[in-house]
Amino acid sequence: MKTLKSLFVIMAILLFSAFTNTTENKGYKVGDVATDFALENIDGKMVSLSDYKDAKGFIVVFTCNTCPYAVAYEDRIIALDKKYAQKGYPVIAIMPNNPEVQSGDRMEAMQARAKAKGFTFPYLMDKGQEIYPQYGATKTPHVFVLQKENKGNVVKYIGAIDDNYKDVNAVNQKYVEDAVDALLEGKSVKETHTRAIGCTIKV
Amino acid sequence: MLNEQALRFEVFIFKRMKRIALVIATIVLVACKEKKTTSIVQKEGVETSEAIELEVYDFRGLEKMLSTQSDTTYVVNFWATWCKPCVKELPYFEQLRSNYKEKNVELLLVSLDFPAKYESKLKPFIKEHNLQSNVVALDDPDMNTWIPKVDENWSGAIPATLIFNKTERKFFEKSFTYNELETELKPFLN
Repeated sequence: MKTLKSLFVIMAILLFSAFTNTTENKGYKVGDVATDFALENIDGKMVSLSDYKDAKGFIVVFTCNTCPYAVAYEDRIIALDKKYAQKGYPVIAIMPNNPEVQSGDRMEAMQARAKAKGFTFPYLMDKGQEIYPQYGATKTPHVFVLQKENKGNVVKYIGAIDDNYKDVNAVNQKYVEDAVDALLEGKSVKETHTRAIGCTIKV
Repeated sequence: MLNEQALRFEVFIFKRMKRIALVIATIVLVACKEKKTTSIVQKEGVETSEAIELEVYDFRGLEKMLSTQSDTTYVVNFWATWCKPCVKELPYFEQLRSNYKEKNVELLLVSLDFPAKYESKLKPFIKEHNLQSNVVALDDPDMNTWIPKVDENWSGAIPATLIFNKTERKFFEKSFTYNELETELKPFLN
């Protein structure tokens, strides 16, 4: 009876995860209002988008310690924050993986990585993995550029940071920079959606 | 006297043996050395352990392998050695290959490992897991250009799998179990 019960629980979990998987592919489209959140930062404090009273928008990056693509982009994420935080578009990094599945993405590991690399931005744990499915992040790294408007933080760009993960000097198109630059100039973003290979978010 | 003679004889034999032993040892050593060199030659020729051949393509090169006019059904899996869910499902693709090779099904494992890791990670992985499916590497950093050409709905997360023949085509951005994989393959074989 006990095994039957646990079998039932396992089946329920599987069924649940099957459903959450299908919702994963939905998420936000450009033009949608992105949800705010209260997620724990590496310094133990809770961070929300609404804390940033003076921000014009945000560069929300779903990233992690353990994905080679995310690691390849770390320096470029730091550079984005250094360039755009002062202009009103700070980087907010969110770690979406389940740390129980991916131990290299536990809070202590996030703290160590942020310290080693000198992250200038919050590096938040998506505890309970409730935020990334709403955004529709499927992988790390996965960027969402938001612009603060009257109705909320509107999604203006979804996708990759640039067009060459391998060699920063060989980059032809800086998608995120182009998007934020356009927003700062009051123009519309030309390329609103790009794709790149990334690591599946570990559930 | 007799004792002394016997002793001398023994010493003589001992010395002789020593020499014989030395000769034998030398022969063995030389033989071993020769054997060693031949085994190295064999290694290069047959085992290809360090010399696993890996075909590396940009997308233009790979694209030709993503469509067919023949009667073969292709199962193409995009993976990488660092991708845990990819590594987990690889045995199912290998199993599918061996179970369906008589039914005109071919497997292609497209590695997205970084070029700097081909020697240190990818080739040792192929050898260690004795992968029987055809493994190629895709090295094309302009992902935003080629990802939608594989499938319009692919966000870029791996593992991802494409099954196609000359009339049908189906893409999956997900992990597979063996049974799921077989279920998806079967309609292509009718």
